Amino acid sequence: MTRLANLTRVEVEDFLILEAALLNEWRLEEWRALFTEECRYLVPNTNGDPYAPPESSLYLIADDGHHLTERVKRLGKKTAHAEYPHSRTRRLVSNVRILERSADSLKVESSFVTYRASQGVTDTYYGRHEHCIVEEGGALRILEKRTILDMETLRPQGRLSIIV
Amino acid sequence: MHHHQGAHADAAIRIDEGKGRFSVSRATYTDPALHAAEMEEIFAKCWLFVGHDSELPKANDFLTRTIAGRPVVFLRDKAGTVRCLLNICPHRGAQVTRQKKGSAKLFSCIYHGWAFENTGKAISIAQAETYPPDFNAAGANDMVPVPRFESYRGLWFLNFDANAVSLHDYLGNAREYIDIVMDQAVERMQVVGEIQEYSARANWKMLAENSTDILHVETLHPTYLDLIRTNSEGTIVRGRVQGKSIDLGSGHAVVERVASYGRPIARWIPMWGEEAKVEIDAIYARLVKQYGEERANRMAYSARNLLIFPNLVINDIMSVTLRTFQPSAPDYMEISVWAIAPAEEAGKPAMARRLTNFLEFLGPGGFATPDDIEALESCQRAFAASREAPWNDLSKGLGQAPDATDELPQRLFWLEWRDRLMQRKAKQS
Repeated sequence: MTRLANLTRVEVEDFLILEAALLNEWRLEEWRALFTEECRYLVPNTNGDPYAPPESSLYLIADDGHHLTERVKRLGKKTAHAEYPHSRTRRLVSNVRILERSADSLKVESSFVTYRASQGVTDTYYGRHEHCIVEEGGALRILEKRTILDMETLRPQGRLSIIV
Repeated sequence: MHHHQGAHADAAIRIDEGKGRFSVSRATYTDPALHAAEMEEIFAKCWLFVGHDSELPKANDFLTRTIAGRPVVFLRDKAGTVRCLLNICPHRGAQVTRQKKGSAKLFSCIYHGWAFENTGKAISIAQAETYPPDFNAAGANDMVPVPRFESYRGLWFLNFDANAVSLHDYLGNAREYIDIVMDQAVERMQVVGEIQEYSARANWKMLAENSTDILHVETLHPTYLDLIRTNSEGTIVRGRVQGKSIDLGSGHAVVERVASYGRPIARWIPMWGEEAKVEIDAIYARLVKQYGEERANRMAYSARNLLIFPNLVINDIMSVTLRTFQPSAPDYMEISVWAIAPAEEAGKPAMARRLTNFLEFLGPGGFATPDDIEALESCQRAFAASREAPWNDLSKGLGQAPDATDELPQRLFWLEWRDRLMQRKAKQS
């Protein structure tokens, strides 16, 4: 508890940089382990309210803990054709701000640019992440990650086959 | 030029019944001249899906869309009438509205200030006194509506050909399959949230082919099948798909088959829990009461992939989705996707189940659709070798009793495509 209460922006930033590095390196099981068992990974639609409830509004991705585990399993398989061979990706995370701090959680906003290169084409994704970070067994864990895309549509990217 | 393209279209399909072979020229996916002919003979003459009634819940609601390359405003006017106007100012051509959606009684052009009621009627033009007195006579400066605009079961379509057959006749035998989807609601189906907008670097015809192609599921989507097997704790058994492909005429086709996944209406799976089972049983009982055992069974336990030629897909599968795609070049299409659900599910656990089912498979972040996009783009890249390897094969099931994994829907699509490009349809009407 004390750790969260005293956590500095730089320490939070280090955590987000670690997260981005695991994704860049396709170490997805380790990335999944940064989340709590029950968690949410949300990518709202590019249209509409990014905070509309996923139970009643169409998202692009609205994983709970089970689906996030399954997504990571999928991306580890050679039959996840959209990502095998793996695309090359690079995530830049910046403009980190602690938006809210309570006794047991932090709400952190960051800006991102993610490049994805595959089959001769490079696509760019950009927007902001909102992490809800908690402490579990002395370690920082992600309870919820909401990735809000700034693109007007998923054109010409056409897919959200990576974790941006 | 059309005669010339017609000849190309005729040569694009090679059928050898004796050898059981149906081939399509790969140039059809890459040739800019054929793309131009398609825009003229198909996209300017067929009924094209614009949107669903429920996307405009209130008077004065509007949405801007691009249909066959044309900017349109899909709106409900102040009197409640749904309209579709070309989004181009009668004066000098600026878009009359540049918003994606909104509510407006009036549209006022940013360029020189001409203003219009949401019926399209011009109500003011800049410095009217400098024009002749009758310049603004009835309709002379109104926004131009699309030539034809008709609806069926809440689905609105436009046609850029004023002489086209009615939408009712165009849909023909496909209406029964639209009915079986729309009838699942107590009162009406409505759109859930906003549409997903994505794309593929591939020719549009491949998505028409892909959307009724059941053959690829086992090979292209094993990670989805793994997921639903995990969800069902091993209760789902893989095997030959039970069902059939059906010719609905005019290039429309459907594949109807026994579903292997949970369906919100109404096939329960263990992961949904006992409370959901009670709800699903109640839905099924209502369907039986309303439609009888046989139709209720079809509605609940069968899945349907329906293609309305040329570019509307209605997939009533693990969730219900509408999908349309607009080609802007031979190798690029813009895809729009709707989730629709019975109005009575709003705010209920049934809606959450439906949306989870949707996202497990569908959309650019699903466990399956990105692999479809990858396959289509892979074909498009490989079509660069078409000169030396010129033919795609669509022979599966040719001359046999139609099976769910046949390439019958794809063949029907291509025969309609050829007829349209050769202007045989025009000669018939």
